[in-house]
Amino acid sequence: MIFLHAVSHAYGATTVLDGVDLSIPRGKLTALVGPNGAGKSTLLSAMARLLKPDTGQVMVGDLDVLSAKPAQLAKKLGVLKQLNQLSARLTVIDLVRFGRFPHCQGRLQAEDHRIVEQAMDYVDLQEFRDRFLDQLSGGQRQRALIAMVLAQDTEYILLDEPLNNLDMRHGVAMMQLLRQAADDLGRTIVVVLHDINFASAWADYLVGMRDGSVVAQGTPEQIVQREPLREIFGLDMQVVDVAGRKIGMYWHPELVGAEELSPVAVYG
Amino acid sequence: MTAVQDHATTGHTISANGASPAEKAKDRRVLAILIGLAMLGLLAITAYLTYGVQGSWSYALSLRSRQVGSLIVVGIAIGASSLVFQTIAGSRILTPGVMGFDAVYVLIQTMIVGLFGASTLQLLGVMERFALNTFALMIFGLLLFRFLFRSNSRNLFVVVLVGIVLGSLFASLSTLTSRLLSPDDFLTLQTVLFASFTTVDPVLLGVTGAATAFGLLALWPQLRKLDVVDLGHDGCVALGVDYHRTVRTTLVIVTLLVAASTALVGPMIFLGLIVANLARQALPTHRHTSLVVASALIGLLFTVGGQFLVTHVFDLQTPISVVINLVGGLYFIVLLLRTDRL
Repeated sequence: MIFLHAVSHAYGATTVLDGVDLSIPRGKLTALVGPNGAGKSTLLSAMARLLKPDTGQVMVGDLDVLSAKPAQLAKKLGVLKQLNQLSARLTVIDLVRFGRFPHCQGRLQAEDHRIVEQAMDYVDLQEFRDRFLDQLSGGQRQRALIAMVLAQDTEYILLDEPLNNLDMRHGVAMMQLLRQAADDLGRTIVVVLHDINFASAWADYLVGMRDGSVVAQGTPEQIVQREPLREIFGLDMQVVDVAGRKIGMYWHPELVGAEELSPVAVYG
Repeated sequence: MTAVQDHATTGHTISANGASPAEKAKDRRVLAILIGLAMLGLLAITAYLTYGVQGSWSYALSLRSRQVGSLIVVGIAIGASSLVFQTIAGSRILTPGVMGFDAVYVLIQTMIVGLFGASTLQLLGVMERFALNTFALMIFGLLLFRFLFRSNSRNLFVVVLVGIVLGSLFASLSTLTSRLLSPDDFLTLQTVLFASFTTVDPVLLGVTGAATAFGLLALWPQLRKLDVVDLGHDGCVALGVDYHRTVRTTLVIVTLLVAASTALVGPMIFLGLIVANLARQALPTHRHTSLVVASALIGLLFTVGGQFLVTHVFDLQTPISVVINLVGGLYFIVLLLRTDRL
């Protein structure tokens, strides 16, 4: 379980996290949803000690994120933000092997290699193992990064917008992969998602954020309802039931009404 | 789909140490290049020691071995320090030379003479002088790191620009200070600053050699962490590597190596740039354990081979630093033009 207590953070005068209290259930796939600037990525960064919040406490399992040794935490919690500056000289297998670094400090043993190959199989990238990262498509690169996190073999996995740059097919494949990692491997997975319907269809637990606060949380059935969605996104949308999943019709011109947004908020 | 699949079913021949045939071929090539560079280095050293000796062999050998010793120290120190500096700066265009580290070293020396007189400089032994200069250079390096690299949105163009501007600022300050010196002080400064390869102070060679050896030993345990530093700050944190600590430790070692090389031959602005980039181009690997060794060996080849050519082909008419800075300056411009991402 990931536990946050009174976590606040500000960039200059802008408060991005405003006293967040949150428990994230263990062994489940949890999605952080909300509009741009709601603080989802910042919250994820705080859980992953990529960012030290101004105040508050973050516990991952029994480890206090702010005081734990970096190497110790890296065996328990893996995180993937957008790594833009990935060196073009890395091959897929080089990258995935980095996942073993917390366990072997770069000196891989037979056991490490076994886990790396498992992760490669799991994301189905064996045929690209010797390709350089800049020779891959966006979807393949994303999968390679996921494989690295899987090879890290951590109980907790945090992913910042894993569906970015993925088309529909690869987006679905990615969610399948995460679903399996939670179900088969028992990992606790937290993802930042933009699309409420991806979250509704694939996640076990939704956390809705707006303006740096958690405004709604619960199962997809509880959250994907007219009221909570208006609270989170500022959109009034019809919710329909499709094959047992709630789907918000936010893209349908007849079925959605937006709170008035200032032009700055829309274009900025 | 189950988590565990036997690799045999995937149809790839992966050996127990996890290497595919393509990787093994790559590893062999890296090893072959390293061995080739080491042999070339030995050849260059042998040629330097023995080519065209006239008269007493024992005299020639003792003189030349001191010369070649300082060339080796300079080549290795610059090669290793430039390569790891590129990694912590996150750019292949940034080396200590380009960022003005050598210029600071010269400035420190000049300021000491300017403020306290040449006699002070001479009062200090070689060892104390080196320690003082290195310490001052480390402070500069850490300050630079603090201001330029700690901000999360570091703009590399700005860093390059600041480095080059600082470099010329320090060079100008040194020139200004040295103009204000008395002729005697100035002469002393010159001999201290530009100890030429032809007359090497054995004590200085010993001190800088020991400093370089110590620097390399201290660098070795950092190299695998530097592999991770290539993934950036977030990649380091995710994999449990203390990013700031690794960068800071590496930077301190870099300043020690730069100090050693600058104390021996003065500024060599572009040598590191050529050498480190050649190493990265030559080796098909991201591993710093191999890259640093290659860069150090190529550095050695450039200094020993370059000085050999200067002595025997150009008849000592052109100082080696001029040749290297000319070639290196051109290479720097080519790099700037060709790189869309610094």
